Amino acid sequence: MSAPPAAAAATGRSAPARAWKWLRENAISLYAGLAIAYMLIPIAVIIAFSFNDPAGRYNFTWEGFTLEHWENPFGITELTDAMVLSLELAALATLVATALGTLIALALVRYEFFGRRPTNFLIVIPLATPEVVIGAALLSMFLLYGVSPGFNTLFIAHVMFSISFVVIVVRSRLIGFDRSLEEAAQDLGANAFTTFRTVTLPLIAPGIVAGGMLAFALSIDDFVISNFNSGTTVTFPLYIFGASQRGIPVEVNVMAAMLFAVTVVAMIFTVWQQRRAERLAATRPEQEEEDRALALAPARG
Amino acid sequence: MTVIRRRLVPYFLLGPGMIWLILFFVVPMYFMGRLSLEQGTLTEGFEFTWQFSNFTDSLSEFDTQFVRSFFYAGVATVLALAIGYPLAYAIAFRGGKWRNALLLAVIAPFFVTYLIRTLAWQTILGDTSVVVETMRSLGLVSADGRVLDTAGSVIAGLTYNFLPFMVLPIYASLERIDENLIEAAKDLYSSARTAFWKVTLPISAPGIVAGTLLTFIPAVGDYINADFLGSQNQAMIGNVIQSRYLVVNDYPSAAALSFVLLVLIMAAVVVYIRFAGSEALMGEEAERA
Repeated sequence: MSAPPAAAAATGRSAPARAWKWLRENAISLYAGLAIAYMLIPIAVIIAFSFNDPAGRYNFTWEGFTLEHWENPFGITELTDAMVLSLELAALATLVATALGTLIALALVRYEFFGRRPTNFLIVIPLATPEVVIGAALLSMFLLYGVSPGFNTLFIAHVMFSISFVVIVVRSRLIGFDRSLEEAAQDLGANAFTTFRTVTLPLIAPGIVAGGMLAFALSIDDFVISNFNSGTTVTFPLYIFGASQRGIPVEVNVMAAMLFAVTVVAMIFTVWQQRRAERLAATRPEQEEEDRALALAPARG
Repeated sequence: MTVIRRRLVPYFLLGPGMIWLILFFVVPMYFMGRLSLEQGTLTEGFEFTWQFSNFTDSLSEFDTQFVRSFFYAGVATVLALAIGYPLAYAIAFRGGKWRNALLLAVIAPFFVTYLIRTLAWQTILGDTSVVVETMRSLGLVSADGRVLDTAGSVIAGLTYNFLPFMVLPIYASLERIDENLIEAAKDLYSSARTAFWKVTLPISAPGIVAGTLLTFIPAVGDYINADFLGSQNQAMIGNVIQSRYLVVNDYPSAAALSFVLLVLIMAAVVVYIRFAGSEALMGEEAERA
């Protein structure tokens, strides 16, 4: 767009010109609004269909509103078992992956060592490998070793694909870390372990929690790698895959809606806490300035 | 003594995690390579025979699926960029106090299980759905035409499922831009459009490179969208690998196909990074480290 029409629109009083100007200024916001709607529509469909009262086995067309499936969401034993297994698996894998990933992140940010480049490479490369290849490779190894897939192989796989994500999240939080706080603790006589426990850990805890939450979300949602390495063990996504052939029960939508609600609440809570922490951190220097201003005021007067 | 111990500390920290990655990521790749050169059947057992024909046979049998996978993933990546860049831009520069809420909306699809959100698209694009009825009345689809089981539905599913991977890195790169820089450019160039092309876009290039890779790579290997939203005629290479491993149990050909897929993707990534500028992706890594 050249300048003249824009200038005309800016000074023009006619309604179409103003509308055109408004549209041009807000086109990107409107487009973004549509994109957000596109992202949220399937979620609305999933939640809406958790209240559906389907006639047959297929929950694809809207038949009528019912609360029946919300009243007894855990009525289907296989589904509930799969969900419980997924939660257990995610909890275990998260615990181990978060510990291993945090240690790697500490090494990468805190120390100079020989072999940094291959280490970085080994962390990034699983992220650049399609899941189907990771799943296939792991299964190949288990097959050649005669290991029968099950909960253990799922655990191994879930820890494996979560580590890289934990490293990246925790490392990004460690980079802005003020090391003088640790030095201060050591000057005051704390040994290395006490310093780590009482100073370092509380400060990097938000990063570790964020990494852990990501690992948990990845684990509970994983289908492809689990599909290859589960044997006869059934996780929540694997149950859905199996059920998709014969018709998904409405309870799946109910559980998905619950999972969604829990995650959103957890996310909002973490963001709120972070903001509060930032605000607390941010008020201190201002406070100091105010104090100094107050201290100077009488002297000037 | 203490110096040596201090030098060893990083290796103790790295050790457990790195061993896990080597044992369960690197070593399995070797076994997959080995399996791809074996010969035999599930009942008679497999034997290592340097069976290179596994590669040539499976490639000539499934070349269509390979080409289709790269084509679908490529189109989905371009669409995701077309949707995702303006979205990330709007959140970064027009979001105001709504930024966090909008970002939450972008990642919200991740909070419902991958399979369920793909099944939701099965509902939305179903033969009797409102969307498809509307498309029919608008003449976008013929009266008895379908949307499900077409290339369009599979690409739409891929685009949707990996869109957040496109938006987040682009947003991260845009958020870092100092708005004074754009103001300065506007003062100098006097056109918002030129300021965008000369300042904003180049600065957000690393985000675009990361976003396109994070969208393209999982999309090429995906088989859920083709399974739920497509038919046999939309089968991608992931579907073939999955069924060869888990249904047909023809492990050597499945391993060969996975290996070829991995090599093709790595080659594509290397070419793309060369083309797009390696510092865009790795430079950031190096800077941080």
